[in-house]
Parts: sequence; structure tokens; C-alpha cells
Amino acid sequence: MDLLDFVRGPGLQLATIIFFVGLVWRLVHLYLTLKKTDISEARQGGEIGGGLKAIFSRFRHHEPFRERTRNGSIIAYTMHIGLAIVVLGGAPHILFIESFSGLDWTPLPSIVIHVAAALTLAALLTSIGRRMRHPVLHMLSNFDDYFSWLVTVLPVLTGLLAVAHVGARYETLLAVHILSFEVFLIWFPFGKLMHSIIVFGSRYTTGVTFTRRGAKV
Amino acid sequence: MSNITEKYPLDTHEQRLTVKDPHPRHDTQGDIDEDERLRRAMANFAKNMNRTTATYMEACVHCGQCAEACHYYVQTGDPKYTPIWKLEIFKQAYKRETSPFGFFYRLFGLKRHISVEQLGEWQELIYDSCTMCGRCSLICPMGIDIATLVGQARHGMFHAGLIPDELHEVAERAKIEGSPLGATASVFEDRADWMGDEFDTEVNIDEDQADILVAMSSIEIMKYPHAIGATARILNALGESWTFRTEGFEATNFGMMAGNTEWQKAATMKLINAAINCGAKLVVLPECGHAYGALRWQGAAMFGKPLPFKVQHISEFLADVISSGRLKVRKVDQTVTFHDPCQVARRGGATEAPRVVMDALGVNLKEMAPTGDFNWCCGGGGGVITIHRADKLRYKVFELKMEQVEATGADTVLSTCSNCRQSYNDAKEHFHWDKDMGSLLELVAENLVEE
Repeated sequence: MDLLDFVRGPGLQLATIIFFVGLVWRLVHLYLTLKKTDISEARQGGEIGGGLKAIFSRFRHHEPFRERTRNGSIIAYTMHIGLAIVVLGGAPHILFIESFSGLDWTPLPSIVIHVAAALTLAALLTSIGRRMRHPVLHMLSNFDDYFSWLVTVLPVLTGLLAVAHVGARYETLLAVHILSFEVFLIWFPFGKLMHSIIVFGSRYTTGVTFTRRGAKV
Repeated sequence: MSNITEKYPLDTHEQRLTVKDPHPRHDTQGDIDEDERLRRAMANFAKNMNRTTATYMEACVHCGQCAEACHYYVQTGDPKYTPIWKLEIFKQAYKRETSPFGFFYRLFGLKRHISVEQLGEWQELIYDSCTMCGRCSLICPMGIDIATLVGQARHGMFHAGLIPDELHEVAERAKIEGSPLGATASVFEDRADWMGDEFDTEVNIDEDQADILVAMSSIEIMKYPHAIGATARILNALGESWTFRTEGFEATNFGMMAGNTEWQKAATMKLINAAINCGAKLVVLPECGHAYGALRWQGAAMFGKPLPFKVQHISEFLADVISSGRLKVRKVDQTVTFHDPCQVARRGGATEAPRVVMDALGVNLKEMAPTGDFNWCCGGGGGVITIHRADKLRYKVFELKMEQVEATGADTVLSTCSNCRQSYNDAKEHFHWDKDMGSLLELVAENLVEE
């Protein structure tokens, strides 16, 4: 069994199992933490609506905060949107998703994917540079921040190399790309990458609380 | 050769002899050994951990954007004032002890034990440099309510005997005497009597039955007693059945700010019992920010069941009676700006009420930028104004308020929080500032149309 066979077979299975077990464990553990019910008299109803509103409204800073957060927001948006375009719009990725889900859709043109991947890579490199230089980010950062960045940037970088056939045989590059994705999957439940799921819970919770009070969400 | 340490170089630009950036020292209470302090800090922090706060602990991505909403960071540029960093040691303790992968962290020693020295260092961050104003909670892209977590961290710090001495003293005095400023029941009665004469109005105290129970802040009773007379005049003009009760007249809750839930509950229960004793259907809270949060949003949790009466901040009450046409006021030819008390507006949801009142008064309102839910904190909330070593930092962040106020061109700042008022007046004296800070309640009372 060569590397490509391994990453397409047992490697992927193992990574997927770790991903799901870790994910379920982390979410179940959170869910089982005691729930505190707010019994104060609500100023207004619509808590569920407020929770949902918070999920969407926090995608963009309130106006008074925008100027001071502009750089961070631009980098974050470029990175996240770029990743979404590459993962959901790239033809090989759609084939991969179809292989286990049966779902498929029309891929975006290659040029769009390539540009998006390059922009994503640039945003990721900018973000790590900023994290290391900005006094606040540097102070806050820990192993999780740097390792999560690494496991995110590697699939983007190796994907670009594979497409460009640079550095090694295509099969080898492809195997390394898939392997890097598997490392991403394995790390996902243990570190900050989980924010892509937990964000909905934390925003919703705050939205509910603030809406009960009639406060700005 | 000199052997003088250069660790703390002299600051020759200060008026008094001092050193540059002195290392923040921390206070301790009680004769407790270090291990026990640590155990109590973490146990009491974890005690209040629930699904919401655990979710917040798991959600942070270290984006650092909360710093941009914090007046302490914005004014100093010091990264240690980043709001989420103020919780760092508690986050580490959470990850190690109670998070889903706590066993993993412990097994491989990935999260170090927190030390008492660290807790001591963090005292400045959790108390001196956080008013729990909640601006950070509003900016966080993950929706983390950081202010709530700081409140929870204070529980841990209090029980470990690691809070600033002044705040402990004030909170303890409130617990023992019923007021942080010596406003005992007899002192209150004396001052209420005085204000009754001053305003030529009846101040109802200890009525057996009343529809409305009114509470006062100690700051008002001792520093701004006109609030007592103003409240009485308005309620009498409305013909309301109302009373103060000597068993529960103090609205401030320093137990809550210091981090002692039992003391918080004791203060809250005095108000609740007073309201129940006189059969009140409504409790009107005074111009005090944290008092509003303590009873309006946390009161039921202290009581253990929903409160059997409604709770309103005085600004909400005034807005209601003015909107319904029950209270008439004269127009006031004055240019003012308005300072939103964080706990009433941003954290309490009553942002529009004072604007309804000011609209009725016809004042020329020049809003600050930013205003309303985004207004900057005065820097004195959360018990910070009691902490003397925090004065220099507090004045530094107050410069933001001065810039905001100056930019409006208004001569007078109105607010609905006596603690903010105290903070403004203290800074006014410090900076020899020419702006006046007034009470919206008192302005209404001065301009009542009594039929």
C-alpha cells in the first residue's frame, strides 16, 4: 500500500472516526453542563428570534466598532470566504463530498478556485504575521492558535502545489494534500477550529439573554 | 558603583515622588494559606459554571477584537487590558479542570497549574481595570459575554480573599450596616425628613401598604440627597400610593460587585422582603446602574423564584408616566448631552427611556459619539471608583468621556446613575473641568407641572 492508498483508505477512515468521536464528546460534554434558567421577568418576548438574530448580526461589527477592527475583519473574511469557495466550489472536493454523501453540484471555474485559494493563502499568511506582531494577539496566542493555523494552511498550500504540479509527482502531492486534510480533521475537535460550530451556540445564547433584557444584540 | 536597582526607575515628571509603572501590588483578606486560597478561587469560579459560561469558555478564538472596545486598552494601548485576557488564568483552570478534554490536559501536563501569585497579579485586571461595562460583550464576534465571565471570576477572587481592600471594606460594611456609606435606617430617615422639608413634600416611610416601593442608592442618600425629595415630589404629584421602607431602602449591591453571592443575596432579599411586606406591585429603583442589574435581572435568581412584583429603573418609570400623559413637565431651555449608564442601557435594555423623558423636557440633546448602547463607560462602575490605587488609570480612561462631552458642545451632562455622577464629579475636580453633571430625575422634579 503506497501513501496515496493509505490516505484514501485507512488514513481517511481513522481521521474521520477521531473527528466524529471528538466532536460528539466535546459537544455532549458542553450540553451536559448544568443549564441555568433565567427566571427574571423578560422585558420582551422573541428570545429565540433574538438568538437567531445574534447568529447573523455578529457576522458584522456594529458600526461604532468597525473602524478599529477593520484590518482583522478583512483578513478573517478573506480567509473564511476563500476557504468556503475552495472547499465547496472546487471540482475535486465536490467529487470527494459526493463519494460519501451522494450530493453533488456544479463546480466553480478553476480560475475562481485558484484565485480564491491564493487569496486564502495570502490571508492566512497575513493573519499569522499579524498574530506574531500585534501586541494583543501575540499575548493572547497559545499552541492551539499556532497549530490550528498550521493545520489550516497546509491543505491550502498543498492543494495549490498539487494543482500546479510543483515540487513532486502529482500522486505524491495529492497524497500529501489529503494527509494534511486528515491532520486538520483529527485536530478539529480538540482546538479552536471547533469555533466553526460553537460560534452558533455562544452567539445564540447571548442573543437570547440580551433580547430578554431588550438590550442591543 | 551604584547598586540601585533599575527595576523601578524614578518618574521625575510626576508631581510627587514616584516610580514609573509601579508593579501592581495586590491585597489579601484573611489568614489563609496559599493552597487554600487557590482551591477557593477555582472552586468558587467553577461553582457558577453552567452551559452558557462553559460555551463562552470554549468559544474564544483569540482574535483580540474585544481590546478595541475596552476603554482601558484604547486609552493605554497596554495589551494586558484586553478583556478576554483578564480571564486568562480562569480559562486555563477551566480547560485543565472541567473542560471536555481536561483529562487530556492533565495527563500530558498541557495546562499548567495556576499559582496564587498569578491570581494576585490578576487582581488588578479583574477589579481595577474592569467596570463590567459590557462593551467587549457587544463587539465579540463569537458572542461571548465577557462581562458576565468577569463577574464569575470575581466570585473566585472574593472567596480566595484576593480582592482590593477598599472594595472588600465597602462590601463588608454594606453587609453589616446595610449601607456601604453609613446610610443606616436612622440616617436615611433623618435625611428623608430633611429633604421632605427642602422640597416641601411628604416623604412616605414605612407605610403598611403601598403600591410602589421606592429604593435609594447610598450615594444619593449621602452625596446627592435631592434625589429623595425629587422622587417624593414626583410620586406625590402622581397621587401614587408609595413608600420607602426602613427594612429595605438601599438599592446598591456591593456584595455583587465584590463577588460574594451570599452578601449579594442578603442585600437583594432586604428589598424583596420590604416589597412583599407592604404589598408593593412595583419596585422603583433609583438612579443607580448596578442596582438595576442586581434586582431587575438577578433578583429572581437570588429569590429562587420569579419576583412577585415588577421592577423599574426610575428612568423607565418616568418615561412611562410621561408617555401616558400622567406626568406633565415644563420645557427646559438647556443644551445637554446624555451619559448612558452601562448597566441600565447596554446591559439593561432601558436605553430609550431617558430619551423619552428628555424629549418631553424639550432639552436640546446633543448625543455623544458613540452613544446609547455603545457609549463609553465613565470608568467608575463595577466598584472601580472605590479602589484608590486605580485612580490614575480611571482618570486616564475618563479622558475619553471628556473628549466625547467636549465634542458635543453641551454645557451639562445628564445621567441616570449616581455612581456615574460621582465618577464625573470626581474627575471634574481632578481635571478642573468646567462641565456639570446633573440628574435627569432632579431635572424632572424641578420642572413638574403640578395641577
